[in-house]
Amino acid sequence: MAKTHVTMKVNGTEVEGLVEPRTLLVHFVRENLGMTGTHIGCETTHCGACTVDIDGMSVKSCTMFAVQAQGSDITTVEGMANADGTLSALQEGFRMMHGLQCGFCTPGMIVRAHRLLKENPSPSEPEIRMGISGNICRCTGYQNIVKAIQYAAAKINGVEFQEAAE
Amino acid sequence: MIPGSFSYHRPASIADAVKLLSDLGEDARPLAGGHSLVPMMKLRLATPAHLIDLHGIAALKGIRRDGQNLVIGAMTTQHELLASDDVARAMPILHEAALLIADPQVRYRGTIGGNVANGDPGNDMPALMMTLGASYRLEGASGARGVAAADFYRGAYFTALEPGEILASVTIPLPAAGHGYAYEKLKRKVGDYATAAAAVVLTMSGGKVATCTIGLTNVHETPLLAIDAAKAVIGTSLDAATLKTAAAAAEAIMAPAADARGPVEYRKHVGGIMVTRALQRAASVAK
Repeated sequence: MAKTHVTMKVNGTEVEGLVEPRTLLVHFVRENLGMTGTHIGCETTHCGACTVDIDGMSVKSCTMFAVQAQGSDITTVEGMANADGTLSALQEGFRMMHGLQCGFCTPGMIVRAHRLLKENPSPSEPEIRMGISGNICRCTGYQNIVKAIQYAAAKINGVEFQEAAE
Repeated sequence: MIPGSFSYHRPASIADAVKLLSDLGEDARPLAGGHSLVPMMKLRLATPAHLIDLHGIAALKGIRRDGQNLVIGAMTTQHELLASDDVARAMPILHEAALLIADPQVRYRGTIGGNVANGDPGNDMPALMMTLGASYRLEGASGARGVAAADFYRGAYFTALEPGEILASVTIPLPAAGHGYAYEKLKRKVGDYATAAAAVVLTMSGGKVATCTIGLTNVHETPLLAIDAAKAVIGTSLDAATLKTAAAAAEAIMAPAADARGPVEYRKHVGGIMVTRALQRAASVAK
């Protein structure tokens, strides 16, 4: 099958490659670009480990073809740190609140939470839980992931993070 | 989990898309949000030789008021429905149902056109469109035609779409001011199809039901209108006996498959409960 030339911006850098139309975006990102932070979990659009941010939308990159991302602006977990290389509020939140155990779901969780907080900088706990309902974690029971996102929201809003009593 | 090979086409107009579909014949499939088709292709349950991606067609996007209707372009995503003030104000049941579809990531990509055109009995929008009296605009090589949602669904994945046609837009008449509405969906988890779901749109007058329409999701090979159940509640105040009669009338037309969501008897039983709850909640929000 003839290959197609694609160009897109990934984490602020213009990238290009030759792909078959059937190449899934997640395979292009991991194999052509060598950026393996984006994970492949279920491959069936359920788990959210492959979530990337495309033109302001959280998308499961296992359910989109690389040719469809032609000309788009993509952010992966590799692009989540601050410009000076320090941890973003979300990354810091996941570290401080122990928002991960095995870490497999974490790239998708952070990329999804990034968009959630862009759209809703002060989400309630139910809004956070619904906001990450397309991301599955098999370790944490979600409690600390929710706290990590609350921590990040507080930091972004310049208020002190108050951990809810349990 | 890699799809079979295909050629990728990205037309810029409906006319070009229709021409591609009719030229390439049955080996070609239109691609909307892709969240039904791409998983099927990864499982090799679908192996189209040509994919015609509709994302490049601006005319298929957007939500607009047209007199007493909302006209929604087929490539409008569930996320865009949720962000629309027009939808939230004039047709809150559409907002409510869109929020119960899949998960946030899927809603950024999944489209109303794909949801209604695919003919999947598990999809939520078809029964809702029937309940709201919507019609679909189908465009093909020989021109455009309108088909009522109520006449569109023929069987599982079998619709009134002819080869070479695409569904271009959905036209939904605005429900009456002060109408009551509810979409009750029982599902095992976020992202699941309904074990059973019911849509109700009604109006009340002097404490009694004046008009009522009931739609049912995933309890038959097609979405259903529960006509007898809706008739049973007209003129009543939805007392316990009436609710029981309506639920029984709805259950009588259900023919769900036994699957991981439960045996037939269970799915019909909870289908009746969804009807009851949707009627009660719709009446409670009617003005």
